[in-house]
Amino acid sequence: MSHFLDRLTFFRRMQDSFSDGHGITTDESRQWEDAYRKRWAADKIVRSTHGVNCTGSCSWKIYVKGGIVTWETQQTDYPRTRPDLPNHEPRGCPRGASYSWYLYSGTRVKYPMVRARLLGHWRKARETMNPVAAWAAIVSDTDKRGDWIKRRGRGGLVRSSWEEVNEIIAAANAYTIREYGPDRVAGFSPIPAMSMISYAAGSRYLSLIGGTVLSFYDWYCDLPPSSPQTWGEQTDVPESADWYNSSFLLVWGSNVPMTRTPDAHFYTEARYRGTKSVVISPDYNEAAKFSDMWLHPKQGTDAALALALGHVVLKEFYVDRISDYFTDYTRKYSDFPFLVKLTQQGGRYVADRHLRASDFQGALGESENPEWKPVALNDADGEAVCPLGTAGHRWGEKGQWNLAETDRDGNPLKLRTTLKDDHDQIVAVGFPYFGAEATNGFVATDHDEVLDRNVPVREMVLANGERAMVATVFDLFCANYGVDRGFGGANVATSFDDDTPFTPAWAERVTGVPRAAIIQTAREFAANADATMGRSMVILGAGLNHWYHMDMSYRGIIALLVMCGCIGQSGGGWSHYVGQEKLRPQTGWLPLAMATDWVRPPRQMNSTSFFYAHTDQWRYETMTVDDIISPVAPKGDWSGSIIDYNVRAERMGWLPSAPQLHQNPLDVGAALKASGENASTAIPAKLQSGELEFANKDPDNPRNWPRNMFFWRSNVLGASGKGHEYFLKHLVGSMHGVLGVDGPESGVVAPQEVVWHDEAPEGKLDLMVNIDFRMSTTSLYSDIVLPTATWYEKNDLNTTDMHPFIHPLTAAVDPAWEARSDWAIFRGIAEAFSRVAPEVLGVETDVVLNPIQHDSPNEIAQPFDPRDWGRGECEPIPGRTMASIHVIERDYPATFARFTSLGPALEKLGNGSKGINWDTKHEVALLAALNGTSLQEATAGRPRIDSDIDACETILMLAPETNGEIAVKAWQALGETTGRDHVHLAEGKEEEKIRFRDIVSQPRKIISSPTWSGIESEHVCYNAGYTNVHELIPWRTLTGRQSLYQDHQWMRAFGEGFVTWRPPIDTRTVRQVLGKLPNGNKEIQLNILTPHQKWGIHSTYTENLIMLSLNRGGPAVWISEDDAREAGIVDNDWIEVYNINGALTARAIVSQRIMPGSAIMYHAQEKLVNTVGSEVTGLRGGIHNSVTRINMKPTHMIGGYVQLAYGFNYYGTVGANRDEFVIVRKMSAVNWFDKAEASAAALRTGAKENAR
Amino acid sequence: MKIRAQIPMVLNLDKCIGCHTCSITCKNVWTNREGVEYAWFNNVESKPGIGYPKDWENQERWKGGWHRRANGKIEPRLGSKWRILSKIFANPSLPEIDDFYEPYTFDYDWLQSAPELPAQPTARPRSLLTGEQLNKIEWSGNWEDMLGGEFEKRSADYNFAGVEKEIYGEFEKTFLMYLPRLCEHCLNPTCLAACPSGAIYKRDEDGIVLIDQEKCRGWRMCVSACPYKKIYYNWASGKSEKCIFCYPRIETGQPTVCSETCVGRIRYLGVVLYDADRVEEVASTPDPKDLYPQQLSMFLDPHDPAVQAQARKDGIPEAWIEAAMRSPVYKMAVEWKVAFPLHPEYRTLPMVWYVPPLSPIQSAAEAGKIAERDGMPDVRSLRIPLRYLANLLTAGDEAPIATGLERMLAMRSYMRGKRVHGIADESIAERVGLTGRTIDEMYRIMALAAYEDRY
Repeated sequence: MSHFLDRLTFFRRMQDSFSDGHGITTDESRQWEDAYRKRWAADKIVRSTHGVNCTGSCSWKIYVKGGIVTWETQQTDYPRTRPDLPNHEPRGCPRGASYSWYLYSGTRVKYPMVRARLLGHWRKARETMNPVAAWAAIVSDTDKRGDWIKRRGRGGLVRSSWEEVNEIIAAANAYTIREYGPDRVAGFSPIPAMSMISYAAGSRYLSLIGGTVLSFYDWYCDLPPSSPQTWGEQTDVPESADWYNSSFLLVWGSNVPMTRTPDAHFYTEARYRGTKSVVISPDYNEAAKFSDMWLHPKQGTDAALALALGHVVLKEFYVDRISDYFTDYTRKYSDFPFLVKLTQQGGRYVADRHLRASDFQGALGESENPEWKPVALNDADGEAVCPLGTAGHRWGEKGQWNLAETDRDGNPLKLRTTLKDDHDQIVAVGFPYFGAEATNGFVATDHDEVLDRNVPVREMVLANGERAMVATVFDLFCANYGVDRGFGGANVATSFDDDTPFTPAWAERVTGVPRAAIIQTAREFAANADATMGRSMVILGAGLNHWYHMDMSYRGIIALLVMCGCIGQSGGGWSHYVGQEKLRPQTGWLPLAMATDWVRPPRQMNSTSFFYAHTDQWRYETMTVDDIISPVAPKGDWSGSIIDYNVRAERMGWLPSAPQLHQNPLDVGAALKASGENASTAIPAKLQSGELEFANKDPDNPRNWPRNMFFWRSNVLGASGKGHEYFLKHLVGSMHGVLGVDGPESGVVAPQEVVWHDEAPEGKLDLMVNIDFRMSTTSLYSDIVLPTATWYEKNDLNTTDMHPFIHPLTAAVDPAWEARSDWAIFRGIAEAFSRVAPEVLGVETDVVLNPIQHDSPNEIAQPFDPRDWGRGECEPIPGRTMASIHVIERDYPATFARFTSLGPALEKLGNGSKGINWDTKHEVALLAALNGTSLQEATAGRPRIDSDIDACETILMLAPETNGEIAVKAWQALGETTGRDHVHLAEGKEEEKIRFRDIVSQPRKIISSPTWSGIESEHVCYNAGYTNVHELIPWRTLTGRQSLYQDHQWMRAFGEGFVTWRPPIDTRTVRQVLGKLPNGNKEIQLNILTPHQKWGIHSTYTENLIMLSLNRGGPAVWISEDDAREAGIVDNDWIEVYNINGALTARAIVSQRIMPGSAIMYHAQEKLVNTVGSEVTGLRGGIHNSVTRINMKPTHMIGGYVQLAYGFNYYGTVGANRDEFVIVRKMSAVNWFDKAEASAAALRTGAKENAR
Repeated sequence: MKIRAQIPMVLNLDKCIGCHTCSITCKNVWTNREGVEYAWFNNVESKPGIGYPKDWENQERWKGGWHRRANGKIEPRLGSKWRILSKIFANPSLPEIDDFYEPYTFDYDWLQSAPELPAQPTARPRSLLTGEQLNKIEWSGNWEDMLGGEFEKRSADYNFAGVEKEIYGEFEKTFLMYLPRLCEHCLNPTCLAACPSGAIYKRDEDGIVLIDQEKCRGWRMCVSACPYKKIYYNWASGKSEKCIFCYPRIETGQPTVCSETCVGRIRYLGVVLYDADRVEEVASTPDPKDLYPQQLSMFLDPHDPAVQAQARKDGIPEAWIEAAMRSPVYKMAVEWKVAFPLHPEYRTLPMVWYVPPLSPIQSAAEAGKIAERDGMPDVRSLRIPLRYLANLLTAGDEAPIATGLERMLAMRSYMRGKRVHGIADESIAERVGLTGRTIDEMYRIMALAAYEDRY
């Protein structure tokens, strides 16, 4: 409107005044205000979320105007909590709030992109050849293959079409399957819970063709092996709302406000309910701000602190004064009462394995699995008894697997936890002490490497006539903590001020935390738990878990919680929130994701061992078994290198392997079929004779390379790929910054089991396919980059362990440019594959080796000391002493038809998880009615799974968490094993069936199911272990109780029977280069920590302009003011950080909040933006993982032993990398390498020569 | 008496997790445009630090806010109206772009289009102002995040006045708080007073201060005059812009974007009735330390029938009077006195208030102090110096801050007693001048903090 009228009224503007004329009122037109109103207006608002790598699982409103996504704000319509709890709204964080930037950004992948060199060769070959023949021609031509492989990561991608790329991929897959075997096609995608359909799309395709699906949780090192060790549970934790029910929160290495942003309010608000909080972190982080006290132990010494806290609790609540609640709890719910055999070793006793029923005359009357039934003493008469609920009761019996304090006949049975007043002798038991030596500036204390401590014991006569010395776990446990219980002897502390492991005074030396703070924290934590029946909680961050000896820190903390009766109690417990997160409707998802509706079992591989082998990090391994073996290891051959242990574990059926055999499993299958032999006898025999071999014995042999790899929903090269430069060198074959050399001259122990090639291969992968919406590091290095729909452009499901809701991703707009959803992408690849594969593949026979699985009847396979058939110690028996063997028919031309319909195995075999199974015919029939049936000839009549929404409905229909009818069935099924009624937990939910459109209108709370150890109810929040404690369902461990003693032989060999203090390992990565590559600036050595970051969720968002405008605008490394001064570094200086693994460049953030001696590079800041060239490597500066290399632990390779049996993402080697030191120095020259320069190569060669 | 109603905001800094979600949702909605790339209507600062723009609290330098003359009258620190006009073409107190930061982007397309190179491509930074490549980014919208930068530089922070600051630079003594900031929608806005074009006005109906985008001539006197440095010059439109308190949402009964998207659930909105006739008098209060209590005294009790009657007479809608009685802002600021104005000494009578943060005890060596008083730490043992908070919120007067923090600690003690020991100890409430019932209400608003109780 014109302002003409306004102007005319100029002299009438003032209408009124106030405050003595200081203020005036006018009646001017305010129509201009409509401008901002219009900006606010939206055409539609759609519900979605951020669905891969973030466990926040927040529901968002996506605003659309003119067909374009404009912005997002959080939904506030979560179903409300109870009136005495804060609600969940508005869940979200700065990362999520900036996501809409990606949709139309310059980093968006818009079209299928292909490496130009590859495309050139392909098109040429394709002119004259069929697809598979064309691929065969170019990939077997060394020059042509090298032409595209060597240029990975250096630009040179060009646009292609979906038809073309799908055909290339299909041809490469088909060729690889025919030539090398389906297990040479692998795929990596993490954490399905946040977009389970997108994950399932790829894993379903791979599983149908027999490809290898790689794990993520263990690889990320977020899997705490301590959890399966203690509980037989992958990871189960309280939902964040349960923090509010806690009255003492120990926040340990977890930066709640930064990494659990949407949940943090439950923490800050709980304080107003009177909850006290101590934060433990080496840096003054966001969480510290909310604490009552901040403790900053030297990084990596958390186990020492945990042990000292435990020492105080034991002394003050178990010895000086006895807490009835604590002792009652640990008697019922921990392994404290169970008996451990002691064996003599060089004049002292050491703790051996648990006594079992089978050790006794008549097996104590136990006919089923007596060797799997650990024994305790009846408190009433001191006689050995076999309590219910052990692993032996779980399998082969019905109704006896529970934690009731009764015997088999229902008579009361109370166990005795201590022999304090009932012993035959007091003997000295030797416990390993590793703290007498420490590297890299960690404190070593002058104590013996074996600490003899007095323990009360009983002498018992065993079935074999042996007179065995036995002790309870509790008595050994107290001795291990050095608590004086009046038994005399050495190495016990009479006072907290004694410098004896593991007193507060001792811990003060090791950790730097004042003893008064340790004592105060322990006292308050325990007193609170005692007064509230366990409402003390530890929220712990995976940073602790990334140290090599992570199990010691975690088990120290878990022990503290078990001692104080906190596990399974509302407001109490163990809250590890990293990396896995609950895929709540898991049992509905598994058949879809692993194609077990068609073929079983899927090929699943633990990524840590896979990448350790195939990126050749084993060739640089300088850590030796001597570095880590216990001084009181059981007698045996403990020689070998770390990879040798992995090979043995795979051979014994403990760990999976990929590829599995040196031979093509399709050829093996065809031969078996031709000869008519039984695979379960023929294959072990052929393995024994050497006719067949495991691929793991020769990972560098071209036959055993992984050949094709899919990456989707992930960014291995820009985020999780520890040993980044080794990836680039050996797996990818690109330019790399590895400064060290492999082989004996670098102190590498020659493997006994593995073939050593003098020249390590460079570039094992023929084809790298990345599926992403952004031009990530992995995108840059891939041969084919497929544009995927963003999280606002597709339909999917999302759950988390942080809250109890299930809610969707929905398409606010169509995928922009040529993007497609992951479901559509893999459906398209499956379609192309079905068309192309018949050139070389028909209906084939595949042979799959499956390791001994946790929660399966096979988990009780190897009861005593392990025997290796490969070393002639026993016979290879599938499923007992080696992997089980499965012969599978793969109908390759029907891959697409199978992909898009639900297979018949569910009706035949039922559905279930965690060892329980139920009939699911009814649900399959309902799904056929809901989705319709397949339109494909090969799968006519099967329920249809055509669209992503069909796939969502499949999961929702099949899972107890979203279908109440199944929940009831599932609890009934569990009740048969436990002999107790659990159906009441799902009562009233029978008729509840959650559908996709329901959750589009509002998030829904899931239904309690036995897949999980907590429940959803109006009375308690979800809390892990709740049903163990309150429903008396045993933990899925050997004793059925929480296991504070690990009796497996390898655990004892590596000194981890009980929790103890183990200083960080020496990775030997600095000395070779320190001072060797001078640039004129001072070099300092720091321990590099790579925690989760504030401005990204892993690598996502790190190049997002909004995030970059709120931080330093590119990669940064935090160092302390002291260290900066010493190295002459000023805030914002370009610095270089390196060791023999490689080098990275960044700018320095100098801050007082950082502990001197450490550097923090928040992880997964890619070299995509603002990363200058390295002076050391002569290449682009690296990422946080350029200076890391993984170190594996033999104890994580154990299998075939109840809770220590393999499960995908459940147990296995984890990629530890936190013990790493680096050289930090100011850079002198800045080079961007953005023009073709001949000098780069020369510079690089020179740098590497110097390093040698 | 002339009663007006405003919807002020309270931010509970004790719950602020420093996540910046507020800044981003605000930016996406309002300033994600050419010309205001560097502008954050809402930003979050890590304190101690010099902030955004740099050193904004230094009014010696920027001449923001009001100055009380010897005669007791107030005038903008920039000077009288005539003085202001004389500076239109050369304003020495105007922050420059580098005081904020030079906004940047990156050459993202290079990642897609790079030809074969000797090393992996990286997207280099480029100025959004000049279009030139930047060799090094030197500052950003949140450069000091989490205490980034040497203490020596950050401790130029104005709020260290009167604090022996050297020891706070030690690792062991580190303290940290976050300060989310937006336009204060002051009762006595200097920006308005300084605008030569008459483009700035405070809306009669809800107190929101706006710059008429059609009247603004881009003189930028408001940029200098605002002591909070919350007005931004849009170099593309040539006009100044600022936080509009999301009036399109407020008008339709929705909280501001920054409030609704606040993940820490620290923000509260609620109607407050005040006596508009007292603005000049209160803003002219002689002792800056009295500005806080004086401003409090302007806020009228909505439960008082006389106030209600006058409010109706002054045209305040019935629903607003109802809202004023339920207002969480009124409760926190007036009834419980746990919320305080930001830098009352600027005399603008700001209407965005803050609950000061608790903090850990000063050192783990004094472990016993975490249970000093009814199981909670004593307020004097906390890590953030009282004086620092007082400099920020009460013109240096520590007593009201101490009382506010003591009340929060008393809430914790009282609730802990009920929860852990099953005892409601009324004496804890009494000691801080409250009752158990008041604490229950504080707890309800501040801890449970349901959506409808926050806004």
